[in-house]
Amino acid sequence: MSEEQTPRRTPLYDTHARLNARFVPFAGWDMPVRYDSIIREVEAVRTNAGLFDVSHMGRVEFEGPGAASLLDSVLSVNVRAMRPGRAHYNVICDRSGGVIDDCIVYRLADRRFLLIPNASNTDAVLDWIESLRPNHEDTSITNVTPDIAMIACQGPNARDMVAQLAESDISRIRPFRARTVTVNGVEAFLARTGYTGEDGFEIMLPGESAPAMWESLMELGASACGLGARDVLRLEAGLLLHGNDMDTSVNPYEAALDRFVDPDRDGYAAGDALRAIRDAGVSRKIAAFTMVERGIARPGYSIMDGEERVGQVTSGGPSPTLDTNIGLGYVPIAYSEPGTRIAVEIRGRPVQAEITTLPFYRRSRSA
Amino acid sequence: MNPEDLKYSEEHEWLRMEGDNAVIGITHFAQDSLGDVVFVELPEVGSDVEQFQKMGEIESVKAVSDLYSPVGGRVIEVNESLVDSPELVNDSPYEDGWMLRVAVADSSEIERLMSASEYDALIESQS
Repeated sequence: MSEEQTPRRTPLYDTHARLNARFVPFAGWDMPVRYDSIIREVEAVRTNAGLFDVSHMGRVEFEGPGAASLLDSVLSVNVRAMRPGRAHYNVICDRSGGVIDDCIVYRLADRRFLLIPNASNTDAVLDWIESLRPNHEDTSITNVTPDIAMIACQGPNARDMVAQLAESDISRIRPFRARTVTVNGVEAFLARTGYTGEDGFEIMLPGESAPAMWESLMELGASACGLGARDVLRLEAGLLLHGNDMDTSVNPYEAALDRFVDPDRDGYAAGDALRAIRDAGVSRKIAAFTMVERGIARPGYSIMDGEERVGQVTSGGPSPTLDTNIGLGYVPIAYSEPGTRIAVEIRGRPVQAEITTLPFYRRSRSA
Repeated sequence: MNPEDLKYSEEHEWLRMEGDNAVIGITHFAQDSLGDVVFVELPEVGSDVEQFQKMGEIESVKAVSDLYSPVGGRVIEVNESLVDSPELVNDSPYEDGWMLRVAVADSSEIERLMSASEYDALIESQS
């Protein structure tokens, strides 16, 4: 997409504008980055509930007798073994094992699937799938992104809020399950998924019904949250961001996504490459670090061992929840052990940091 | 909104003269544009700053921005409270969130700064 093109607006654009959102161009869309304070938005999600407009993300439906086998050749997980109503996180790898995108796949029915690629990668994903599609009779592919809005309601109180608006019992929709439910008077696809490290739902619904849903959830106490808070929350939860922490120069073993990769399937396009990588082992790996000295790591900063540059920061920033500065970056395996001291070069000066385990933040499940 | 007794730069810093010294900070408009300030890096006491030249960095949750000194001179005091409480820049940009006290080298430099009404007009045109 060219930079000059007018940014697209989600069905919630006017709602955001009324809430005095600050907008940023993001993957061809005009998206709210924050409404008030990113730190307060993060706190709302960790302690109560936050609302995110994620309508910019791709929504692609696959339907037909060939849908399962087509997706099984594309995705890193065993699609044929999925039961309807289930969702899986997975990566889409090219023939050399590089990560084209990460996404969630839902099996809606025996022959129907929904794929949620990142906004900026939707075209690349569709091109890759098209190149692997044996014929056009077996599977129809429909990009429903423009018609369907998606609202993420996340936080310890998110489930209760959605439940209050739902016309049927949603308590049995377990994590990574999804179902069609009437919510706020409209038929919505309700998925117990998210990108914040908190419990909650992602609600897909017709665009024209999205503003009323948003307002009903705000009336129940949820806070409007922008992309700024979303990025902080996902980093605290140790969730990778494609484009920062992964791209086609990285394979899923380096990205520590082993448990989402099943390369031993017939017909899996990236299978040969990924089996070879798995069997040979990787020489570098993504590592989480916390800053020991005063300073904030930012994407692109160098990771140093003395005078030697050993890696690069891919995500980094303050963690308001943990009250420390955190980051991710690729380092040689020798540096990836928790407890290893490294330095991040900040404006020409080495600032001490320590490798730690992911995630940085894990919600308490007793609450 | 912007105090009448201060002078302002195009880079959204303010300056208050106290005798021969200038107290320096960033404006309400600047802190509002940045969002939550989480880190401020300022020059050391005893170092020299030059008018309209970079004097440090300020970091919000999402971004790193340069700070420019509205006047030249020697740094005689730094607001140490900002080390542990950078949010003072958001909460009180003209008072508790001040950054530097500078012994002004050339008072004629002050004339290159804007009055409050000129600065109001500038941010009106930018927002």
